[in-house]
Amino acid sequence: MQIFYTDLLCIGAGLAGERVAVEAAKAGFDATCLSIVPPRRSHSSAAQGGMQAALGNCVMGEGDSPDVHFADTVKGSDWGCDQEVARIFADTAPIVMREVAHWGVPWNRVEQGPATYYKGGKPFEAVESKEKHGLIHARAFGGTAKWRTCYTADGTGRSVLNTLDSMCLRYNVNIHDRTQAEALIHDGENCIGAIVRCLRTGELMAYFATATLIATGGYGRIYKATTNAVICDGGGQIAALETGLVPLGNMEAIQFHPTGTVPTDILVTEGCRGDGGTLLDVNEYRFMPDYEPEKAELASRDVVSRRMQEHMAKGFGVKSPYGDHLWLDIRHLGEKHITTKLREVYDICTSFLGVNPITGLIPVRPTQHYSMGGVRTDKDGAAYGLTGLFSAGEAACWDMHGFNRLGGNSLAETVVAGRYVGKKVVEFLQGHSVDFKQSALRDAHSKVESHIKRLANGSGKESAITLRDEMQDIMMDYVGIFRNGKDLQTAVDKLEELHARSMNIGLQGSAIGFNPEISLALRIPGMIKLAQCTAFGALKRTESRGAHTREDFPERNDKEWLNRTLAYWKEGDSLPTLKYEDASPYFEIPPGERGYGGGKIIKADIPAEKLRVPEAEESNNSAPADDTK
Amino acid sequence: MSRRLHIEVFRYNPLDPNSEPHMESFHIDEYDSMTLFIALNIIRDQHDATLQFDFCCRAGICGSCGMVINGRPGLACHTQTKDLPDHIVLHPLPVFKLIGDLSVDTGVWFRDAGKRIEAWVHNDHDEFDPMQEEARMENSLANEIFELDRCVECGCCISACGTARMRPDFLGAAAIARVARFYLDPRDERNEENYYEVIGNDQGVFGCMGLLGCEDVCPKHIPLQDQLGIMRRMLALHSVKGILPKALINKLSHKGCCHENHKG
Repeated sequence: MQIFYTDLLCIGAGLAGERVAVEAAKAGFDATCLSIVPPRRSHSSAAQGGMQAALGNCVMGEGDSPDVHFADTVKGSDWGCDQEVARIFADTAPIVMREVAHWGVPWNRVEQGPATYYKGGKPFEAVESKEKHGLIHARAFGGTAKWRTCYTADGTGRSVLNTLDSMCLRYNVNIHDRTQAEALIHDGENCIGAIVRCLRTGELMAYFATATLIATGGYGRIYKATTNAVICDGGGQIAALETGLVPLGNMEAIQFHPTGTVPTDILVTEGCRGDGGTLLDVNEYRFMPDYEPEKAELASRDVVSRRMQEHMAKGFGVKSPYGDHLWLDIRHLGEKHITTKLREVYDICTSFLGVNPITGLIPVRPTQHYSMGGVRTDKDGAAYGLTGLFSAGEAACWDMHGFNRLGGNSLAETVVAGRYVGKKVVEFLQGHSVDFKQSALRDAHSKVESHIKRLANGSGKESAITLRDEMQDIMMDYVGIFRNGKDLQTAVDKLEELHARSMNIGLQGSAIGFNPEISLALRIPGMIKLAQCTAFGALKRTESRGAHTREDFPERNDKEWLNRTLAYWKEGDSLPTLKYEDASPYFEIPPGERGYGGGKIIKADIPAEKLRVPEAEESNNSAPADDTK
Repeated sequence: MSRRLHIEVFRYNPLDPNSEPHMESFHIDEYDSMTLFIALNIIRDQHDATLQFDFCCRAGICGSCGMVINGRPGLACHTQTKDLPDHIVLHPLPVFKLIGDLSVDTGVWFRDAGKRIEAWVHNDHDEFDPMQEEARMENSLANEIFELDRCVECGCCISACGTARMRPDFLGAAAIARVARFYLDPRDERNEENYYEVIGNDQGVFGCMGLLGCEDVCPKHIPLQDQLGIMRRMLALHSVKGILPKALINKLSHKGCCHENHKG
């Protein structure tokens, strides 16, 4: 077996993985990124809209500051986030936008003079200032008080990923694409690398690393209708969960995007609504202002998704062979706007739906979109449970999003956390030496190898494809936008049964070398575990918070549930073990009303000392003086 | 509606000594809004679980699924079956190393090209200062750069390139357009001489035969032909520096070329 040695092993080479790798490489360490696909194909590339950062350059962003951004983020999270982390994020984001600009991102810029913008479908004029001409511009996104989302047309993920990948080239980061990490190598205390399957040859390889980072993105593929790429199968979270030591945080916090297209579930950006697109029902009536008079289509995603579902449940959906949907209308933005600023949207509509959005309506419905939960880390990005294991980006529960993340905050998180955690990884590497234990390698390797042998020897009777389809249907039917105890219990029971059946998977075909069927068969048992963490966590959380909406418990219950779920999976168990920790070490902004979405709140008695920032932290966090070039 | 599709797929597993390259036929029912992404997954789920192909975003944004569709390179995910006859023939992209069936190794190819052209903004003299405002840029220039940043490296242009078929070390339209992207970017400090070293040869712009299949097949409609022309003119004029009078070179280099506005 081939064994590689490296200082930092990044599992995943999207924005977060590459940003951490660049930081380590710049500091002189050997960094290696593993990726299922060539890095530029990572799901980060699909993010169209933009990155939130309080630069306050554009006229509609005047008066913006990290404080306002922080407040929007906390409200968006429905007070489920770690406020210390949200603060680090909001304070660092503007620097990181400038840094990637320095590296080559062609952000759209402020153009001085009058400009026509849209709000709620109505045009208005605003004058961009002369002093700000040529600085980074921003657009509107849901749930924000100011226009704060930096963008490059509607290919923000693409252009930032290109730029970060170019920095990986520049700093000689090793890229091993077409590889899939199957298990972490650890001795119960330290994580020292991973067992990796080559997707060219099917062979297993070992990577010894002083630090290991999980940056594999979300796990949307546990749902049938998801905007996520086909590679977003939760590989990183599974590897962490399988150790039995590392918990996953808030797995029940799943965001649905209001505008997944029908039938292919491809996302059209929130930028459509930010730029003035409206939602219409079967009668082509604009219904959102009836539910959310102030924010209308620009309330946060969980609210818009819920209102859409609610409206369709009342019989106002458009019937189609693929189920009910609603319409997104951007016709009034005009041909020029649609074919330039919303060009990817135009391409998606014409290429995949056969709809021309300049003249026609776009069929949309809420679709699984984002996983707020993931590998639980501390504020430095270090995973709970194992030293030397880190996580960043959507794969992690860092946790700045709580129970709902704002559009534009996750894409920004990838590079902001990437930079911040990257610096912490560098500190770790500088002060740490590790014993690459052969016994730990053998343990991890034999687990994966025996799993593959078991699959290949033909005794298993279950089909991985059938199990996948059943799991995805269960998640859609019982763990969707609106949840209740009865449905969730059904999901938990059914998933328990699937979990048992997943021990008995057999292959249908055989192939020498790489066999794509083995990839799926290796993943499915872990994906069912992630689905179970989601369903079981949702069942136990008897309140409604952010994207987690319980019909039987409609109140946000700060008294009992102002906390974070931690899911562990002990070897041999059929259910996760759930533990809980405080949502935030302190509350710079005390729990209150979001200002949209409605709903009752059961108040908590929070001790006074938790309602302010501890002095030590204040000086620590407010000094971003650790900057290098 | 509801045709019965006959999909013929190239099969070959280079790791299996008994595998011979051959075509294999599958028959499936067509649905509304069916794309080749849906069709190929139906084949893998219901007919042959070992079939190799690459999809990732399935939304035309990542560039994974380039293949030859009825003789023409394109992205499978945004090819709708209704636009094709009921007999569909699929081959892997040529030029790239075959991994198996429809899957080819574009990643290694593009990484190598990226290294050869040093595809990053060269600004070593200008350290990032986190306390400084960002350097200003005209929005129109940002849009022009983004236009070239839209490349998804699917490899279709390389597969459709006559020169790339004959000359394994030819950089191809995607890599040359990437150089053009950095040439356009005022943050990149490289001068014409530096670019000349990178693509002023037969592996670069002077290898292009001008067949322009690249532009015809680009699924993102990137103006590859223009970029080839702009780079070729810039480098050709650079190579006659000191031979032709300076005034003439200046006149020619500014003729009809928007890029000269941004770089001295």
